[in-house]
Amino acid sequence: MSDGAPLLELEGVSKRFGPVQALDRVDFAVHPGEVVGLVGDNGAGKSTLVKTIAGIHAADEGTIRFEGDAVSISKPQDATALGIATVYQDLALCDNLDVVANLFLGREEVSPGLGTASRQLDEARMEHQTGELLSNLAVTIPSLRSEVGTLSGGQRQQVAVARSLLGEPKVVLLDEPTAALGVAQTAQVLNLIRRLRERELGVVVISHNLVDVFEVADRIFVLRLGKAAGEFAAESTTEEHVVSAITGVGADREKNGEPANGRSDKGEEGR
Amino acid sequence: MSDAAAGTAGTGTGRPRRKETVRRLVQGDLASLRVVIGLALIWAIFQFENDRFLSAQNLTNLMLQIAAIGLISVGVVYVLLLGEIDLSVGAVSGLAAGVMAVLNVKHGWSPYLAIAAAIAVGLAIGLLQGFLFSRFGVPSFVVTLAGLLAWQGALLQVLGSTGSINLNDPKITGLANIFYSDTVGWIIAAVVIGGYGAVLLLGHRRRVSAGLDSESLAGMGFRFGLVAVVTIVATLVFNSDRGVPLAVLILLAFVVGMEYVVRRTGFGRHVFAVGGNAEAARRAGIRVDGIRVAVFGVAGTMAAIGGIMAASRLLAVNQNSGGNELLLLAIAGPVIAGTSLFGGRGSVWTALMGALVIGSISNGMDLLALSSAVKFMVTGGVLLLAVLVDAIARNQRSQTGRV
Repeated sequence: MSDGAPLLELEGVSKRFGPVQALDRVDFAVHPGEVVGLVGDNGAGKSTLVKTIAGIHAADEGTIRFEGDAVSISKPQDATALGIATVYQDLALCDNLDVVANLFLGREEVSPGLGTASRQLDEARMEHQTGELLSNLAVTIPSLRSEVGTLSGGQRQQVAVARSLLGEPKVVLLDEPTAALGVAQTAQVLNLIRRLRERELGVVVISHNLVDVFEVADRIFVLRLGKAAGEFAAESTTEEHVVSAITGVGADREKNGEPANGRSDKGEEGR
Repeated sequence: MSDAAAGTAGTGTGRPRRKETVRRLVQGDLASLRVVIGLALIWAIFQFENDRFLSAQNLTNLMLQIAAIGLISVGVVYVLLLGEIDLSVGAVSGLAAGVMAVLNVKHGWSPYLAIAAAIAVGLAIGLLQGFLFSRFGVPSFVVTLAGLLAWQGALLQVLGSTGSINLNDPKITGLANIFYSDTVGWIIAAVVIGGYGAVLLLGHRRRVSAGLDSESLAGMGFRFGLVAVVTIVATLVFNSDRGVPLAVLILLAFVVGMEYVVRRTGFGRHVFAVGGNAEAARRAGIRVDGIRVAVFGVAGTMAAIGGIMAASRLLAVNQNSGGNELLLLAIAGPVIAGTSLFGGRGSVWTALMGALVIGSISNGMDLLALSSAVKFMVTGGVLLLAVLVDAIARNQRSQTGRV
């Protein structure tokens, strides 16, 4: 899965906020059709790394390569233009609008007309495309015309992810996609992430929940205090190894709690 | 709720879909049905108390009375959809009417130019207030409260020492005083009914050709029949009095046109988005500040148009123009009829329906010769009731909305 050229590659990326070294010479890569779990304790630099890729913070040092070419990402539009979509934890959906309107928010399809104020929205086309996209992703929603505010948390998250796909991105960054979701809804979202992988997208999932990360990720990338603290193939590692990389404490010296059989929705596993 | 089933099972579209339709009926269409029932109740009570209430003459008068306030409310709906408020619409309507009167009567401008100038004044004021609100983050409540005072002062200034200007240009006074002949009335009715039928059919064809479910033919037939019956009855009523009034056509044209803009265009969609979740709208690339300025521009423009209509009906502009309870009623109307004060929910039709409710109460109590003390208290009670219903509906949404 990790063979072939990476889609997105970071080399020696550093970011400082005043006295805080948020990222310290981090190397990171995502390949097409690969799900990378990005884990780490609070303040480890996960969010900073994602925001650097998404163009919210520009990196201080280091190079970012996209499909092999060095690129500069200094604002969100740069990332979007390259084909990097970000789905933030707080979703950014409008509860009062229906699924179709939310999916196409800010890029509505309009019928030809005179001026912007008179150009009619092409609801039929948008609804048709929404229906196709959601059924391709096997996302079930009671009705495409449901107000998003009436949907469950899992459905909302799936709508948010589906929306990021409308721009036909190559890399999708998901910030805590399963936070605050129940078991069944988490399963739906993880299934959706697997379908993103089937579409040959590069997927980066930030999560506090190691159970979810092991469920879905091919590779687990650990950050600790802004530095890369380990990289594991999900198939051939154990939670203990990952937890010890997160906490910086050897797994043999400290017997960790056993979160594998039960879900722990709080962060900081293994305490 | 329907999403509980779909959420846990992750499959199934048939059953939840039907439940979803029921939910939309309850929260969407029934909200407007509530107003219709309320209005029917009000009409029944007044008719019972005084059988002149539902006479053709009084109903025509009622429609003329609400034309100005309904026009102002159209702009208020846009502001309410943003979750903001514009307290200056009354004062702006007075000032715009004052500008028109001075230019036409004192300076001899043509009525068209004077009206255009008045509308431009309303637009400019709205844009200015919208700019101050969005650029500096001053709450719209305060910006427009300052406007309320300032534009009232400007009206006094414009009117000068006489304090009152009588309008006599037939083009201006005609706005509220022209009635069409029976024949013209029926032609207009036929155009309205035919146009609505064409819009329904075109929408249906478009959805079917895109391979989407469309509304059942029975549902479409019902809506068409409803519009046809209302149009025919209204035309009959108007024709048995003085005829179809121009003022009512102007009001209807603005309601339909502005509803089209807010419901069917990208601009309107963005208004709803900013009112629902401004941050989400910003992240989606919508120019939130631009939408806000434009919406306040709409409110100022509609206030000016309403002010011109009010002046035309009064045949004068005086120091009281746009004052008194006009502002509060123009805001209360849409809220009574179901546009949320919290933003993101509502329709331009509530401007018309709300004005009808408020106008009916006022008109009916005049017929019963009740004092303004009673009028104010009753109108206040109705507004409170409507806002309570809005707040309760909102709480229910937030309780059941997210599982």
